[in-house]
Amino acid sequence: MAKALVITAPGINCDLELAEGFALAGATPWSVHINELLENPAIIDEADLIGLPGGFSYGDSIAAGRIMANLMRKTLYPKFIEALRRGVPMIAPCNGFQIAVQLGLLPGPLPGGDWCGSAPAPTVALAQNESARFIDKWVQFQVPTNTRCIWTKNINSTPATSLIPIAHGEGRFVPANHAVMQDIESSGRVACRYGANNNPNGSVGDVMGICDASGLVLGLMPHPERFLRWTQHPTWTRLSNEEQQGDPLGLQMFKNAVQHVTKNKTQNRVEQSV
Amino acid sequence: MTVFRIEVTPAPGIVDTGGRAALHQAKQLGFSPKAIETTSIYLVQGKLDSESVSKIATELLCNPVTECAHIGSADLRADSMIEVHPQPGVMDPEAQAVERAIERLLGTKVQVQTGRRFDFQGATCDEASELAKRCFANTVVHEVHTSPYHPKEFKYGHAQDMHVPEIPISTLSDSQLETMSRDSHLFLDLEEMQGIQEHYKTIGREPREIELETLAQTWSEHCVHKTLKATIRYEGPNATNRPHHEEHEDGTVTIHNLLKATVAAATFELMEESVDWCLSVFVDNAGIVKFDDKHAVCFKVETHNHPSALEPYGGAATGIGGCIRDIMGTGLAARPIAATDTFCVAHFDNEPPEGCLPSRRVLGEVVRGVRDYGNRMGIPTVNGGVSFDNNYAGNPLVYCGCVGVMPIDRIEGDAAQGDRIIVIGGQTGRDGIHGATFSSAELTDTHADEFSHAVQIGNPITEKKALDAILEARDHKAGCLFSAITDCGAGGFSSAVGEMGEKIGATVYLENAPLKYKGLTPSEIWISEAQERMVLSVPPENVKAIQEICDRHDAELCDLGEFGTPGKELILQYAGETVGKIDMHFLHDGWHGATRVARWNKPELKKSGTNLIDVQTMLPKLLAHPNIASKQSIVQQYDHEVQGRSVIRPFVGPSGSAPSDAAVITPVRGSTKGLAIGNGLATALADDPYVIATAAIDECVRNIVCVGGDPSTIAILDNYCWPGVKDEESLGRLVRCSHGCYDAAKAYGTPFISGKDSLNNQFTTESGETIYIPPTMLISGFGIVDDIATCVTMDAKAAGNLLVLVGETNSAMGGSHVLLVDPNTECDQELPTVSLTDGPRNATRVFEAINSGLVTSAHDCSEGGVLVSAAEMAFGGELGLDLRFDESLCFSETPSRYLLEIHPDKRAQVEQHFAGIPCEIIGAFNDSNKMTFGDASWLLEDLCRGWMTGMVI
Repeated sequence: MAKALVITAPGINCDLELAEGFALAGATPWSVHINELLENPAIIDEADLIGLPGGFSYGDSIAAGRIMANLMRKTLYPKFIEALRRGVPMIAPCNGFQIAVQLGLLPGPLPGGDWCGSAPAPTVALAQNESARFIDKWVQFQVPTNTRCIWTKNINSTPATSLIPIAHGEGRFVPANHAVMQDIESSGRVACRYGANNNPNGSVGDVMGICDASGLVLGLMPHPERFLRWTQHPTWTRLSNEEQQGDPLGLQMFKNAVQHVTKNKTQNRVEQSV
Repeated sequence: MTVFRIEVTPAPGIVDTGGRAALHQAKQLGFSPKAIETTSIYLVQGKLDSESVSKIATELLCNPVTECAHIGSADLRADSMIEVHPQPGVMDPEAQAVERAIERLLGTKVQVQTGRRFDFQGATCDEASELAKRCFANTVVHEVHTSPYHPKEFKYGHAQDMHVPEIPISTLSDSQLETMSRDSHLFLDLEEMQGIQEHYKTIGREPREIELETLAQTWSEHCVHKTLKATIRYEGPNATNRPHHEEHEDGTVTIHNLLKATVAAATFELMEESVDWCLSVFVDNAGIVKFDDKHAVCFKVETHNHPSALEPYGGAATGIGGCIRDIMGTGLAARPIAATDTFCVAHFDNEPPEGCLPSRRVLGEVVRGVRDYGNRMGIPTVNGGVSFDNNYAGNPLVYCGCVGVMPIDRIEGDAAQGDRIIVIGGQTGRDGIHGATFSSAELTDTHADEFSHAVQIGNPITEKKALDAILEARDHKAGCLFSAITDCGAGGFSSAVGEMGEKIGATVYLENAPLKYKGLTPSEIWISEAQERMVLSVPPENVKAIQEICDRHDAELCDLGEFGTPGKELILQYAGETVGKIDMHFLHDGWHGATRVARWNKPELKKSGTNLIDVQTMLPKLLAHPNIASKQSIVQQYDHEVQGRSVIRPFVGPSGSAPSDAAVITPVRGSTKGLAIGNGLATALADDPYVIATAAIDECVRNIVCVGGDPSTIAILDNYCWPGVKDEESLGRLVRCSHGCYDAAKAYGTPFISGKDSLNNQFTTESGETIYIPPTMLISGFGIVDDIATCVTMDAKAAGNLLVLVGETNSAMGGSHVLLVDPNTECDQELPTVSLTDGPRNATRVFEAINSGLVTSAHDCSEGGVLVSAAEMAFGGELGLDLRFDESLCFSETPSRYLLEIHPDKRAQVEQHFAGIPCEIIGAFNDSNKMTFGDASWLLEDLCRGWMTGMVI
């Protein structure tokens, strides 16, 4: 069975539900504290999937995810790149996303380009919400047709069920400049967007989440791990039985990634046996 | 050592969101600067070269995509500026985190302080200073500078005399004892001071300062609930035939321990009669009930009123922090899974008394405090309320609650002889000293100066690390690594260690406590109420394993001593010397309450009359009343979804624009069993304190039932906030209210499992006027939902469905919102009362109807009456509604009523189900955009907008 590494740290607080997402999708999650990982980065080699959960790592002091990303840049960044080359899908919701962009994991090089040897300076930021307030609500979830993201591709949902919860104070997506934005858009690295007129934080281009060129690393502000069951939907008491068929959107994302890993493993085995 | 100053500002072209928010805040409080720019300030003290400073600035403190760093002080950018920095010694969580991060980045130890700079356009220097005071700084915890602050070196506290003096009291007269009690902030009454004097005479020596402090903390109202446990001679109606009430021939009664005779008596009688699911009541940090065969749930609600009056942000944050620690310290540690909060404040347009903050700012800061602490701890705030009354102006109420879940075999712990006293979490500082005794005192306008050391700022991440470590130690593969746990709350180590070692004694080595800064005296270490500390009793062989767990989580651990002494004493050591020694028996049982006299007279009957109210104009006014209006601007700032347990949220309906009656969460991951959490508050009925209890219990039950909670599984908590209890009348009101608690708990079958009291909530202004809060009784409760699939919400679901009112309505309008909107309304001003036979019966029948699928939505009919509740259902479900009801009763707030939406096909079944109790079809939902009632008619959109905008912070 695929093994999913969930990285915890002081102030991380969405690790249990992220682990549950992996488990319900058929993977075996295990949690490792950042201090253990910094001591022994080789733990990452054991992972088939990786999750950087949400929360307030180190209190989000200075800025959300800043201290955690700083800790990880030197020793863990290279291990993450190795894992990506092995085809390991990674998900980084909320604080995980804020960490991933400052760690240099996202948006990553252009398709065909190669990863920097050491952690690059960030090219996008998740700045304070336009309202300067923490905001918790459910928002429309849209996937651009050209996305490369293996997590958000082929999601089945109706308008009433295509919702996902956000809960953050610093989620305003800001690219360093126009060129960066254009590169991300045109190369299919936007993984999901807020619905039109439903942008809760002032994100440029209504960007909710982005992926790297391989589509394996997904960083996003909302929390798919909070939508694994129909009774978590904000108006589930109004949904018809038909609408509640199949998996909720959040669970679909985890299943997409676990299936990707399983397919990959089978393929590797086939190639080896040939 | 040099202090370097680094400023971080938004990069050109990037919007300064912080500045915009500050401008908005300033405008809300009546200031009109043109623009505000904000800057983050970091002061770093250490041996650093310029390259290191620049590395800190660019790699750590500044995001190159959106920010610019400047080393030193930038010139004034506008017309005026101020800078706000925490006062020395005040907790600065961000500074601590930055220190650690710099150490990891450079390998160099540094000290850090943070601050915030505001540059104002369109404000003079004087206006800027005034703005700072009113909006951005609280001088209780902040320093305000009018130019860039760049000290040569950081200020530190002065070293103090470490000697613990003896305090001669053996020869003091009664009046000298009283003076000493007040001047030394002991807040013990004369009888207690005499008891101490007597005790020390018997053992033949004078008490040491640290011993007096320990006694004062342990015997404080806050810790032992003296008033509620006192013997009371009471004269009032309906006081006979009650447990532990000794009846006298003159009709009065003597109540031996009010708490035991009312609140607790109800619980113990219910446990004997029928309730078999209470696992631990009144003895632990929270009450515990059975959830399923493997799990128990616990609930605690605290108040943090006095600290919040002085410094609402820190007061509220440490209020929720302390309540979360109560849950962490229940049994052998529970996992906190939900928080609740209820605030009582003055109306926003009320002119604050001298020495008090404007109400809007109080509420804003309180919400910010709960938000920052709860969100960072990862605990969803799922339920609560805000109640407005100008008598809360000097003494706002902050109720914080927390629910936890634990394995059912982890509900009890006991410190064992030879166990180590282990402290996990925060360091000890001078903060929060005298919190327990302070909360037992009344506030005056000089309190801000006198008691500022009682105010604390919390550090939620320290508490989160402790939580992670403690749960890992609890669930260790070798079994739970500790034998008991409690939190350090009021009274600090003195209360925590004193309570855990009550039966076996303890030896404490005070110099072992890690300190935030040097210079704390042994007494200060012992009674400091520094936040985020948990005390564990750990068998010596497990200390190493716990140390390893704490190291991994970056949680600090210290070994403070040992439980168990031959003479069952509390022995305090400092640097090889015994600085205190108290007999545990005297400490815990030496206190004897006095007999108090109390009376309550029924107030004169208010005039009854006919309700003549203009329906068309009254309904929108009620919906916009701040008590009733949407609290979305508050709730949306709380992460109420974290942990992924939500089933029923605070807001429901297709647009999330309608208020839930209660929250439902799933305590056990993967289980379909739920827990419904609700509360009740009926302060407006305070003319008869009996009714504020019965009505609050009725409301709490109704709220839980309306989402599908089973009323036969509801456990409740009492939380008294009283204006004072010194005179016979106010003490009489407390007794009368407690009688209501007993009667309603028995009638509804809802045992109290825990409670809290805060009995001195009054504020004396400079001119000598005392503002008393109204007697306030918050009832919080939770109940089981056997299968969450049976839950319903209150938003109307479909056109054609019928609206049913269950329960009888009468004309009494006393304490109603109509009278709050317009006190001159011509109406029947009698107080409504709760029928203790109809209320429980209605609750059970409604639950059965919901549980058997007869109901598509359910809503508690309370504040504002039938029209308000029906309107909320209609605009919540975005459906029109045509209502028919007796016009003279449509704004009555008669308790025990429910509004149910049913499918027309179920009509006969519903009528049969409710046979024998008042049940009336009062309307039908339709596809229009209107609500109509006789000649009156409203656009749903207008009603909803008024409700959404009536109370916005």
